[in-house]
Amino acid sequence: MTAAPFPVGQRDYSLVGPDSRRAVEIGLASAEWYHSEVPRAVMKDLMKRTDGPAIRDTILWFALLIGGAWGGIYFWGTWACVPFLFVYSVVYGSSCDSRWHECGHGTAFRTPWMNDVIYQIASFMVMRNPVTWRWSHARHHTDTYIVGRDAEIAWMRPPKTLTNFLALFDVIGAVRSLGILARNASGRLTPDEKDFIPESEWGKAVLAARIHMAIYAATIATALATWSWLPLMLIGLPRIYGSWHMVMCGHLQHAGLAENVLDHRLNTRTVYMNPISRFIYWNMNYHIEHHMFPMVPYHALPRLHEVIKADLPPPNTSILDGYREVFASLRRQKTDPEYYLRKTLPPSAKPYREEFHTLDIARSRT
Amino acid sequence: MPHWIRACATDDISPEDLIRFDHDGLTYAIYHAPDGRFYATAGRCTHEDVHLCDGLVMGHLIECPKHNGQFDYRTGEAKRLPACVNLQTFPVKVEAGAVFIELN
Repeated sequence: MTAAPFPVGQRDYSLVGPDSRRAVEIGLASAEWYHSEVPRAVMKDLMKRTDGPAIRDTILWFALLIGGAWGGIYFWGTWACVPFLFVYSVVYGSSCDSRWHECGHGTAFRTPWMNDVIYQIASFMVMRNPVTWRWSHARHHTDTYIVGRDAEIAWMRPPKTLTNFLALFDVIGAVRSLGILARNASGRLTPDEKDFIPESEWGKAVLAARIHMAIYAATIATALATWSWLPLMLIGLPRIYGSWHMVMCGHLQHAGLAENVLDHRLNTRTVYMNPISRFIYWNMNYHIEHHMFPMVPYHALPRLHEVIKADLPPPNTSILDGYREVFASLRRQKTDPEYYLRKTLPPSAKPYREEFHTLDIARSRT
Repeated sequence: MPHWIRACATDDISPEDLIRFDHDGLTYAIYHAPDGRFYATAGRCTHEDVHLCDGLVMGHLIECPKHNGQFDYRTGEAKRLPACVNLQTFPVKVEAGAVFIELN
């Protein structure tokens, strides 16, 4: 079958549009992806589950949340509350994303209920429907940055730089997330959501949204009853004023890299980060490694990186280094949406498989 | 008609692990449980077309390497989302140091 032609630069990122049909037709959907070779015994050791690291990190996480909230409440109305709320907001509004993510994969803890409890708490904090996002993230791993298939493409081409960086203090994202929860709570799912969520899960998505919205309604009622912003500063608003670290790290994952390829070395970025960011982000800076081997828990990703780094493009050396690269690539994409940064592999790496990775270009020639 | 096919030697699979076995155009997963027993299921996850042979065996669960869906490989029951549909299982016997699975 010959796929319909698309003019250069035009993309339809919806999951029910022409690009979606095209991805299926040319074999990009649910395809087999490249992965680096790791001996089975080594991989078994890397995949091994344990509760210890995640329990330690979760105790620290809750200690920071409780301590930050205590200081915020105790010093409320004075400047002394600011550092407490700064810490509280980041561990609420940014750490929630990595906890949601890792527990959604079920790899943080060995004990399933621990993953489930933290997944539900973190989903609430990050304002994501826990049912909807479990399925959208499964699709993100099946079809990473495949146009028309991946519901989590943050940087659509041509890039809207200003809009995405306004999201650094995630007003737009939080309002949008709340709107989605409100719509789900009213019983409505979009065609895109119905595309990646099995019908048997639709009712659960609606119920979860209603629980989240009920908690927000109770928080607003408390704020009105006490005539104070404090309840909202502790529940809900940290998703806006504390999400900057989540957004800062999240944009580095795929921005400026390839679409419609079947090799995570081409569409995903690994960035070396400082220990504090790695705690907040739960080592998701090793993002190529995570996408290639999603069963490896966050605490084993640095070890996995050492095992396969000879087969990967050189990682960015810092957050700043990553952003230099991202901005340069996005600038090109604003005028040339077909452009993407193609990183040079070290001599020790297996080369990119051209028969798969020229699809993005071939797309404009059919 | 059901018949027994030799899949592998018992020591081809480490305890608490699995291997891939292909036969007659179909693909299977053969498991060595921690209690020393052997089991067989269809090779590919019921959620997406991903082979389970690169997955993780934890006790009597096999976790899919792509989306972390889990199945009880003794019964094929889907135990963790996104796996919703049970996995097909096959009878297994061990004779003279080899693992056989019964296929139709």
